[in-house]
Amino acid sequence: MKFNTKILSTDNVLLKNIGSIDPLKIDDYIAAGGYEALKKAVKMDRKEIIDVVSDSGLRGRGGANFPTGRKWLFTYNTQADQKYLVINADEGEPGTIKDRVLMEGDPHQIIEGMVIAAYAIGATKGFIYIRGEYSDSIKTMNAAIKQAEEKGMLGKNILNSGFDFEMSVAMGGGAYVCGEETALIDSMEGKRGEPRLKPPYPPVEGLFGKPTIVNNVETIVNVPHIIAKGGEWFRSLGASCSPGTKLFMLSGDVNEPGIVETPVDLSFEEVINKFGKGVTGGKVKFAQIGGSSGNIFTPEMLKKVWTYERCCEFKVSYGTGSIFVCNEERGIVDHLLTVAEFFEHESCGKCTPCREGTHRVREIMEKFAYGEGTVSDLELLNELCHVMKRSPICGLGQACVNPVLDAIEHYKNEILAN
Amino acid sequence: MSDKVKVVIDGIEIEVPADFTVLQAAQIAGIDIPTLCYHPDLRTTGNCRVCIVEIEGMPLFQPSCAFKVYSNMKVRTNTPELRKARKMIVELIVSRHNTDCLKCDSNLNCELQNLTDKMNIRDVRFEIQPDFEHPMDNSNIVQRDPSKCVNCGRCIRMCNEIQTVNALEWTGRGYHKMAMTTMEKPLAETACISCGQCINVCPVGALTERDDTEIAWSFIDDPEIHTVVQTAPAIRAGLGEACGLEQGHLSAGKMFAAIKKVGFDKAMDTDFTADLTILEEGTEFLGRVTRAVKDGATDVAFPMFTSCSPGWINFMETFYPELLPNLSTCKSPQQMFGPLAKTYYAEKAGIDPSKIRVVSMMPCTAKKLECARPEMNASGYQDVDVVLTTREFAKMIKTANIDFDKLAEIKPDDPMGISTGAADIFANTGGVMEAALRTVYELVTGDPLTLNFTPVRGLKGIKEADITIEKTAPGYEFLKGVTVKVAVASSTGLARKLLDAVKAGDKTYHFVEIMCCPGGCIGGGGQAKPTSWEIKAKRAAAIYREDESRELRKSHESPAVAQIYKEFLGKPNSHKAHELLHTHYKSKSHLAK
Repeated sequence: MKFNTKILSTDNVLLKNIGSIDPLKIDDYIAAGGYEALKKAVKMDRKEIIDVVSDSGLRGRGGANFPTGRKWLFTYNTQADQKYLVINADEGEPGTIKDRVLMEGDPHQIIEGMVIAAYAIGATKGFIYIRGEYSDSIKTMNAAIKQAEEKGMLGKNILNSGFDFEMSVAMGGGAYVCGEETALIDSMEGKRGEPRLKPPYPPVEGLFGKPTIVNNVETIVNVPHIIAKGGEWFRSLGASCSPGTKLFMLSGDVNEPGIVETPVDLSFEEVINKFGKGVTGGKVKFAQIGGSSGNIFTPEMLKKVWTYERCCEFKVSYGTGSIFVCNEERGIVDHLLTVAEFFEHESCGKCTPCREGTHRVREIMEKFAYGEGTVSDLELLNELCHVMKRSPICGLGQACVNPVLDAIEHYKNEILAN
Repeated sequence: MSDKVKVVIDGIEIEVPADFTVLQAAQIAGIDIPTLCYHPDLRTTGNCRVCIVEIEGMPLFQPSCAFKVYSNMKVRTNTPELRKARKMIVELIVSRHNTDCLKCDSNLNCELQNLTDKMNIRDVRFEIQPDFEHPMDNSNIVQRDPSKCVNCGRCIRMCNEIQTVNALEWTGRGYHKMAMTTMEKPLAETACISCGQCINVCPVGALTERDDTEIAWSFIDDPEIHTVVQTAPAIRAGLGEACGLEQGHLSAGKMFAAIKKVGFDKAMDTDFTADLTILEEGTEFLGRVTRAVKDGATDVAFPMFTSCSPGWINFMETFYPELLPNLSTCKSPQQMFGPLAKTYYAEKAGIDPSKIRVVSMMPCTAKKLECARPEMNASGYQDVDVVLTTREFAKMIKTANIDFDKLAEIKPDDPMGISTGAADIFANTGGVMEAALRTVYELVTGDPLTLNFTPVRGLKGIKEADITIEKTAPGYEFLKGVTVKVAVASSTGLARKLLDAVKAGDKTYHFVEIMCCPGGCIGGGGQAKPTSWEIKAKRAAAIYREDESRELRKSHESPAVAQIYKEFLGKPNSHKAHELLHTHYKSKSHLAK
């Protein structure tokens, strides 16, 4: 393994193999129990697999938290001469490393999950769209695919099931926006990577107009475990509305940065202290959770356990699970400016509120960073962010204003003091 | 029959077809939701977000132009939050726009002005930052000003999806995203065919045609110069509209009157040479048919394509140079008029041809390039000196303080003003074909063709007709039982489809009419803005009304045509006719690379 992300938790499910097997040896994976779930799955009824995944309560791990089984059902129910499974490994959200860890540490876990999913939904072709910058992930996945083909886990008549499935790696070209599923699909079709209007939704009309399931890497690696051990086991981990485990990544002012796998039954303060060995350089001022488009969590908020239910109630999200910790030395305006610069750079430019809005958010943030921001600037910023929250085509425009709106709510005085 | 669904918009309950969008449903309810990137003739992309509405049960605003209705949908189009959002979105669009309206070609006819007016926007809370980085592009007939571009994308959709020329494309990402030319080259170095369709759909003045009105004024102002004006068939059904009257306004008489009032010397008519084109092209076609059927030649270039649309010629030269031998060698009516004005007319009127300037009023932008083609000098001078679009001529009329509506109708000047209804219908897609058939069919069979030959009529799609010659006139016996296959298409996108089918051997035709612009010349790149299929249908209907009002409706019945052959040209396809009225083409395929 070439990267040096530290695995901070023990007793892992998804991260279990990482560090203890050679990712470039399929036999290692098989010896550790790999591909047993696939053997079980191809003997099951396709609808049964979907039901098991639905009952487990698995939700998408890319940040949107959509129920995976329900999404699969749309595609299962749509008649078409071709269906696709696409794994979203664009991993553009700053502070997020989990998909790279999974790809480079345990690629066959992904492949196994993909074959099971493809079998269930009826997709004979699959792709894993990896951000172009992840050259090692691309190499690892390509090698693993070849090995899986040689072993008969991919290709024609997999494990004598009569099911054909082939997959390949698709490369991203360096755009955060291509983490959005329809922009990703357009990018795969050779077009500019810009999101489509929804409806129609990809499970019904996606890649090349065919029913397409787009799942995050972390979502798909849960699938073999759910099939092997059952939905009830999955629900036994974590809270009822947030079953299973989630990968969280600690970075910033934390003593021990790294990746943590845990059920969502801890507060973030506990995660930071227990796994991250506490905040560096003093006390926590805020943490941005879910990447640059994630919410700003105050110290009070960090003390709570953020199950999916609680997230819905308070209209926040932990998104990809990236936890960026800032101590009291850090300025909220500096942080917001960095975030604003990122989104100005990454906006695809298709729709007015995001194309123009991300630029203006950065402009206003810069004024505050230079100590020239006024009260009316803040009012304008607030109004602009509210417009951006409801008007753009895709999640980039909608979510990039989350930290700004949160900061205006919780740290207004500090912003104005600038 | 489509199902209907019940929807509630702003509290108003209505029933609309199930495939309607919220925008269409709102229109039925009498609600006029503002739009910008939406265009009824183009694929909907929903990116400007001006038309957003609130749909009950959906947390995000949705673009009404794209969102389809469903049963019992509840929509609000004008909540306080929506009003604020829409206003801010338009402010953001204006903040990237060159707001120097007073000097803009689109002043008073601009969709962005309509939006700021509709929303009563008096203040833009962001610093105005037009794109002054990308250079203005005046390299071609179609001219681009990036500082006015509002990023709606209509021009790109038109050029790529309808015309399939791909001279325009997006460049850059995010704030730097801009509608640009392919590879950011000047338009003159791209495959641009100057059809001007992008201008027609541009909501603002970012795309305009090169303004040649000053040249026309200089001719008028020079007492030594004798100006002869020719007017395309489409002008009589497009000029009134461009002067502010209703869409589909028809008045050839006012058109001629305006020409005289503006100060031109002679008001003649391209319709005259349109009739002449039919004689020349019909003869050429029969020549090919005779060689194939009577003489048994196997190397005859079929189908023969019409050649009066310069945008289409540009398209052929760029994308299908191998099919250039199939084009009729006839010049367009405009380019037949030019040399005849400086020879035939000059002689008859006793005027020194070096003092004659031919001014051509066209619905077309490509004709500005056509008149400047180096080979268009059969008269010994540049045959056509300047081409003005319908829009430019309307501006001259305004500058000359003329109230178009109040003009008394007059007749065109002799000897090149007389024409038939067959010439009028050149303005519509299918019109050249129908005009040609009216003459050729009668010539070959001795019987007249049904007037209003509907198989080749219709604004959209590719039309086909098989005409089997049952009865023959003396001299054409060899055609008995022969089936002539004709086809008609407009827009270069459909032309491409037809050409690919012909090349692949899937389709066989003998005579094909192609017009570069969707709907034909009435939809030309120089016509009034805005434009749409609905508006074009009104203009086309006016043209057919003009044809039906005429006493003479067949080109071969035109006394002026008979006269010019008798006195000057001899007969169709004669040596003199070839010298003055026929041309050749050259490959431009390097621009397609």
